[in-house]
Amino acid sequence: MDALLAADSAMDSVKHFVNVLCEPHWFLIISVVALIVFLLGYRWFTKPVVAGAIAALGTLAFIVSCQDPNFVKIVQKADNVPIVIMIVVVSYVLWLAFRQAAINDKRLEEGKPLLEAGADDKVLVWPDLVYIELIALVICTAALIVWAIMLPAPLEQPADPNVAPNPAKAPWYFLGLQEMLVYFDPWLAGVVFPGLIIVGLIAIPYIDKNPRGNGYYTFKERPFAISTFLFGFVILWVVLIVFGTFLRGPNWNFFGPFEFWDHNRPAALLNREPRDMFWIEFLQRPIPGNYILRELPGILLLGGYFLGGPIILLVFFRRMYRQMGFLRYSVMSFLLLTMLLMPIKMVLRWTLNLHYIVGITEWFLNV
Amino acid sequence: MRLMNWVREGQIWGSVFRHGVPRDRRTRAMAILSNVFLHLHPVAIRKSGIRLSFTWCMGGLTFFLFLVEVVTGVLLMFYYRPTVEYAYFDIEGFRAHVTLGLQRELHRWGAHAMIITIWLHMLRVFLTGSYKPPREFNWSVGVILLVLTLLLSFTGYLLPWDQLAMWAITVGSNMARATPFVGYEGPGAAFIQIGGVPLVHAGSDARFGLLAGTFVGPATLLRFYVLHCVFLPVVVTVLLAVHFWRVRKDGGISGPL
Repeated sequence: MDALLAADSAMDSVKHFVNVLCEPHWFLIISVVALIVFLLGYRWFTKPVVAGAIAALGTLAFIVSCQDPNFVKIVQKADNVPIVIMIVVVSYVLWLAFRQAAINDKRLEEGKPLLEAGADDKVLVWPDLVYIELIALVICTAALIVWAIMLPAPLEQPADPNVAPNPAKAPWYFLGLQEMLVYFDPWLAGVVFPGLIIVGLIAIPYIDKNPRGNGYYTFKERPFAISTFLFGFVILWVVLIVFGTFLRGPNWNFFGPFEFWDHNRPAALLNREPRDMFWIEFLQRPIPGNYILRELPGILLLGGYFLGGPIILLVFFRRMYRQMGFLRYSVMSFLLLTMLLMPIKMVLRWTLNLHYIVGITEWFLNV
Repeated sequence: MRLMNWVREGQIWGSVFRHGVPRDRRTRAMAILSNVFLHLHPVAIRKSGIRLSFTWCMGGLTFFLFLVEVVTGVLLMFYYRPTVEYAYFDIEGFRAHVTLGLQRELHRWGAHAMIITIWLHMLRVFLTGSYKPPREFNWSVGVILLVLTLLLSFTGYLLPWDQLAMWAITVGSNMARATPFVGYEGPGAAFIQIGGVPLVHAGSDARFGLLAGTFVGPATLLRFYVLHCVFLPVVVTVLLAVHFWRVRKDGGISGPL
């Protein structure tokens, strides 16, 4: 009996520890560090033994977690099932891609032909491709039908404009944008950033002048392009969806995966403006009435970030600049800095309670 | 076997499939060339290009899921009326009253799956560098298709007309009123005025255009229904044709140069 109680309390402290790790700043930092460590050691991490061990540990952690009622409640919500599936599939395909990249990179070093080599080695579409397509189609149909039988499509109460659910969540694939709404005003989070994401994605082939790595898996030949894209894909898409689905609860508060969704926990937000920090706390003077002068520290900070950033980055990107030219480099560094602004501001909000960097509320122009 | 041979040698079979049984190189090539659907494919293809570990089959599955959505979507349209009075109860009664009524499940989970597969298709194309010349333009078409897929899913989200639907669309569309210059709470909107009369207000801004009103109401339901069932699928179909055509024209499935 004592042993059982001891195990129980040990489990509770583990759960508490995981809840702490899932606090947003830790979760984000751990995800970014994990991505960097994976990219640095991709040849080791993608070895079947290592990857298999990680997958086994992940599965075990999931099964153990399912003993917890709060965890089960959030994971088994019908509309959250696709997201659990997505996390599993994304992990698997990332392994698949980087496994092949590791093999190809080794072969390139040894001067051996690539996995995808053999441009003249052709097969007939009938039967080789057509049958693969048919099998994929049958498996996909069967999986979808099983899924549809096992899991009824949810239907909540009839729409009622007078009763707002708490939390009110956007469709899961827009949860990244909804998360951005916490840190940025709607015109940025809802309009400008999505626009820039679309424009930035379209711009990728016109910016990337690196001729290598065309048509085969590799990491060594284009580390910058792949790292940047994966940062966007894994951190700003998948991780923010995980935030929005599993960690955001009532009053849009953060909750750990083993934590009860307490509706009475208030949204404790006391945001601070940099103008207060600069004029009152630092200079100990009244805030100037002119809004340009008032926001000058923020404007200088932001201007320095977007104008000075590309110049400082040149230290690392000199060769890339020569390859790309001025215009491509400017567009690339602008998009890169905008992308990095999101996690930077998120961390600033969580640590310093920073509200706006530049807050010209008179024009609704807040960044 | 003899019956099969008799059918294959008869006039009907021969009029549909104008080549012999695909057993040798020539008839196998003809099987692709003389079929309007298979004609999307080339006759021969790089051996590395059809490995599942290379393509993950994600582009193909996305297209297949699009077809699933079209078929189940049409089946759902038979039973669904896009008005506030009926929408919710048509959906609610669907499972109880329609034999083999799995269409809604297939449609909903298929839509979720399609978003996952289209993202993974994009990830695969990126990681293999397949967007590099000469395929830059087709990558752009693909990005537009991705956006349209998200919009299809977003417009479909409203149609069950339950709490989840209404409030998700409310949250999602509230951002539109902050669009710079054309949303009434957006930066710059105050400058768009004639003689002191503001042109951009709650009844004329971007969100109003999206929702056909200042809140998610009956007009929004009809608007999203038309966008979801007619407008967006037609645009996607056209762009899909362009996308597939360009895959062929840009050199087929990618591989080392």
